[in-house]
Amino acid sequence: MSETSLALHNLQISYGDTIAVPDLSLSIRKGELLALLGPSGCGKTTTMRAIAGLLKPSAGRIMLDGRDITTMPANRRDIGLVFQAYALFPHLTAFENVAFGLRMQKLPTAEIRQRTMAGLELVSMGRFAGRKPAELSGGQQQRLALARSLVVNPKLLLLDEPLSNLDAKLRLEMRAELQRVQKETGITMIFVTHDQGEALGLADRVVLMREGEIEQIGPPAEIYNQPNSLFAADFMGFENIFKLEDNHLTGPAGRLKLPFKSRAKHLAWRPDGLVLAARKSASAPFAGQVEAVSFAGGHREYILSGALGRVRLNQSVDEPFFAPDKPVYFGLPQDRAVAFDR
Amino acid sequence: MPRLYLQWMIILSSLLFLIGPFFIIIAASLSNGESLAFPPDGLSFRWYGKIFEVESFRQSFGLSMFLAVFGTIVALIFGVPAAYALNRYALPGAETVRTMVAAPVIVPGIIVGLALLRYLVVPVGFSVSLSLFLAHTALVLPYAVRVVSSSLQNLPSDIEEAATLLGCSHVGVFFRIVLPNIRAGILAAFILGFVTSFNQVPVSLFLSGPGVRTLPIDMLAYMEITYDPSVAALSSLLAFLSILIVFIAEKLLGFSKYV
Repeated sequence: MSETSLALHNLQISYGDTIAVPDLSLSIRKGELLALLGPSGCGKTTTMRAIAGLLKPSAGRIMLDGRDITTMPANRRDIGLVFQAYALFPHLTAFENVAFGLRMQKLPTAEIRQRTMAGLELVSMGRFAGRKPAELSGGQQQRLALARSLVVNPKLLLLDEPLSNLDAKLRLEMRAELQRVQKETGITMIFVTHDQGEALGLADRVVLMREGEIEQIGPPAEIYNQPNSLFAADFMGFENIFKLEDNHLTGPAGRLKLPFKSRAKHLAWRPDGLVLAARKSASAPFAGQVEAVSFAGGHREYILSGALGRVRLNQSVDEPFFAPDKPVYFGLPQDRAVAFDR
Repeated sequence: MPRLYLQWMIILSSLLFLIGPFFIIIAASLSNGESLAFPPDGLSFRWYGKIFEVESFRQSFGLSMFLAVFGTIVALIFGVPAAYALNRYALPGAETVRTMVAAPVIVPGIIVGLALLRYLVVPVGFSVSLSLFLAHTALVLPYAVRVVSSSLQNLPSDIEEAATLLGCSHVGVFFRIVLPNIRAGILAAFILGFVTSFNQVPVSLFLSGPGVRTLPIDMLAYMEITYDPSVAALSSLLAFLSILIVFIAEKLLGFSKYV
């Protein structure tokens, strides 16, 4: 069993009369890369700010490396934070931005110089040491912000939506960069995101949050494949979610008898888990009609209407094309269904 | 096209209306005659020389400079922290404070001057000089708070949080991060405050005493006795000085975006 880095015990955070986070307990191992995932307003940023000490929790305890830091001021916590908008110091050069934390520790000049340059090199920013933040691109600013937080060797690094301000190509690069830096430094990282792809691609463990509470927690594959609630399934892209009542699926338009047995309260399928065919068969027993179809590169996205109401379905472009208004048959295979009770 | 002509006519006549008197004063200041007149009577620079011979001008210029420089500095010493507090903390009644800070801009100077005379100088026995200093500081304060506020609004607060998390204290954040980033705003506030204080008439009118007169008041007094073109020469000189200051400020720090 590895050592615990950060532990939250029954944390409660409120803004005036509104309780943003009612009762949160969570424990993070040393060297772990954890994602706090959820839609806006789910309390993920609030939680992160409380960990950093920028917000005072109304109840509960925050433990870092076994020490209670609940009431410790933010500037003594030894926690780094990479802000969503980077929050670089506009009046200082890249070098001085990174050196800032070391200067606060009043280290000898030679050591500051050496560690600052090493920090800049870690994110390949050495040759931009003399530039001001305004003279750097978004990706460079992001890397600079990362170096500034890392150079002081914090016990924990927090990242607020680290990839959201970057374009698609830079996002991939930065993702690899973050993983590499994490491997090289072995630092514990918590990052906040609303993007499931970002969370799944980067984290060792994902905490899915909803209205200030943990909805589900687990490794990316588990969160992706086995959502354990209606909310989790919906957030993870299970676009076909139906209520189950005495083995009948219930949709907005009507009911369908399930071809297999299940006792769960809900069943859900991803659009690519459904079967689409021209003729009725055991694997495609339900009649429907193509309402709309759109081309999406490697696959086509169909919206079907049938006895349940609307069903979303993806099929490879190698399969035959079904034009709108065509009668078709679709199947809801048991092995692609996820079941949950809440 | 005729509509465009009309628009230009309106623009030009407005400009003429605004700047016209200024040109008349300059023309009058270049007169060779003995009294203030337009059109000028001959051409000479002799009235510009005359200004420096008038002893009271020298004294009142010194007082005006002192009030403008130190009054504005004191206003900034109070105004910068006030602007910071109003911007960064959810203070109860912040809106009320903001309105009150703007009051001296809205309330006519005559009333401010009268009030200070009636309630500070007469009953409390504050000296005229001290009251004058307090009045100028108070008049400049709203500009200081407003200009510095707009500068602070452009500085995201997460920058301060970033410094805090790197181990910086509250005071350290203010001096190392906030102050360097609002330097241009503070300079702009200083210039605006300086010009406001230097050109102030109504309040200073009430707070004048023997030997204690600001330059504009002194010029008024001088004109009542001596109606020669030296006042026009002095006015022209001051106007050019103001234009020069604002021009340099604009070139150096884009002054107009703060005002």
